[in-house]
Amino acid sequence: MKKEEIPQDKSALEKLTKEVCYAVDEQGNYTTALSSGWEVKANALDVAWEDIEQRIANARQKVLNNEASPLLFFMEWRLMDIPIVAAYTGFWKWKVKKHMKPNVFKKINEKKMQRYADAFNVTIEELKTMNVEKVK
Amino acid sequence: MRLEFEHLQSAHCENGVTTNLLKRVGAHKLTEPLAFGIGSGLFFIYIPLLKINKGPAIAFRTQPGLIFKRTCKALDIPIIRRKFRTKQEAQKVLDECLQSGRPVGCQVGVYYLTYFPKEYRFHFNAHNIIVFGKEGDNYLISDPVMETPTSLSSYELERVRFARGALAPRGQLYYPAENRLVTDDQFRNGIKSGIKRNVRDMLYIPGSIAGVSGIRYIAKKIKKWRSRLGPHNAGLYLAQLVRMQEEIGTGGGGFRYMYAAFLQQAYEFHKIDQLHETSGLFTKAGDLWRTAAVQASGIYKGRLDSQQDYNKMADHLFEIAGIEKKAFTALSKIKWAK
Repeated sequence: MKKEEIPQDKSALEKLTKEVCYAVDEQGNYTTALSSGWEVKANALDVAWEDIEQRIANARQKVLNNEASPLLFFMEWRLMDIPIVAAYTGFWKWKVKKHMKPNVFKKINEKKMQRYADAFNVTIEELKTMNVEKVK
Repeated sequence: MRLEFEHLQSAHCENGVTTNLLKRVGAHKLTEPLAFGIGSGLFFIYIPLLKINKGPAIAFRTQPGLIFKRTCKALDIPIIRRKFRTKQEAQKVLDECLQSGRPVGCQVGVYYLTYFPKEYRFHFNAHNIIVFGKEGDNYLISDPVMETPTSLSSYELERVRFARGALAPRGQLYYPAENRLVTDDQFRNGIKSGIKRNVRDMLYIPGSIAGVSGIRYIAKKIKKWRSRLGPHNAGLYLAQLVRMQEEIGTGGGGFRYMYAAFLQQAYEFHKIDQLHETSGLFTKAGDLWRTAAVQASGIYKGRLDSQQDYNKMADHLFEIAGIEKKAFTALSKIKWAK
């Protein structure tokens, strides 16, 4: 890639920083330059996020249909999977899976509930109601 | 307290932390590409069945941590590395290091890293930052991928140092144990062994999923993705490939440009013409990776959706495999001066 070909497209990267790219100058020597992003990879990130949003929406619907407990929703919302939830809470994986059932979820005591709330960084109230707007 | 520390932006976090930490204890000539090359950073692997963030597990560089380890070893700089059981102890040791005037490298998880925008926060636990001071409750942070230093409150830092899941950092911190001037001869030897090791990793690694044969392997698989996964999931897989290849940290072209830059800088230490010539091949490989990414984006944006388009994608990758094989074969034939 030549230095003047480094893309300067708009992307979510802008909120963070410009990134270092390696490219060659007129003499063919390598140098670095900053890039604000590249459309091709910004699209890739968008595609990944559309999929995540879809999974979150599906999980929410499942909870509303009483097919799963809110833990499923929060797991998707926090981009986690069962092993990650288990690692953050210290519960066994099979236990986490069990807690994903609505009936079992209702019986979880306060102390265990707090472990989930901490893992997802929400309050117990939010955990039960799924009333969360934005990522903290 | 703010330690004297020069923040230098780099493409990749691990290279950046390595360079910034080692530069100040004696490896004055160290640059990001040199650290990358001496640490034999270039790689390719596609692990079938394993999933990362629900997508395929693909990497364009070697395993996290290895670049730092190998570079320190090659330049003979001893490293102190610690993990912790408790958060209190982790903070105490960090504070003591800062007190004694040492900037410290920390392994952290990205997900709760507050200065990252939401779009970039995934559960990835092998990010590296340098802590170089503390003012009140705020730690001063040099994140090598960012243009300027930033800061985290002690709670925020604790949370990312104790992120959980795969590659959990467990509060890991590391720093050079002492100052040692690194000689040009050490650089020369480091470069030589770095290149040899990279040749081995890319050409002779057993199995078909890694190195140059890994690129061929994924090319063959991509041809089947459309019928096996359906267009939607195949698109997601390709998007994941492009993100691993181009996202912040790679320097563009799946680290291939960075390696090309390394070979040019290596020429300053070893006046061997093949280094310069081979650098050109890696530039070509990087360009082709980007061409392939453009093709992939056509697919995941829904503009291209026929089997021919997947075949074309695979053909790009076969061509890349050919070029990289040629490049590493050329490197393997170099006659190193004694």
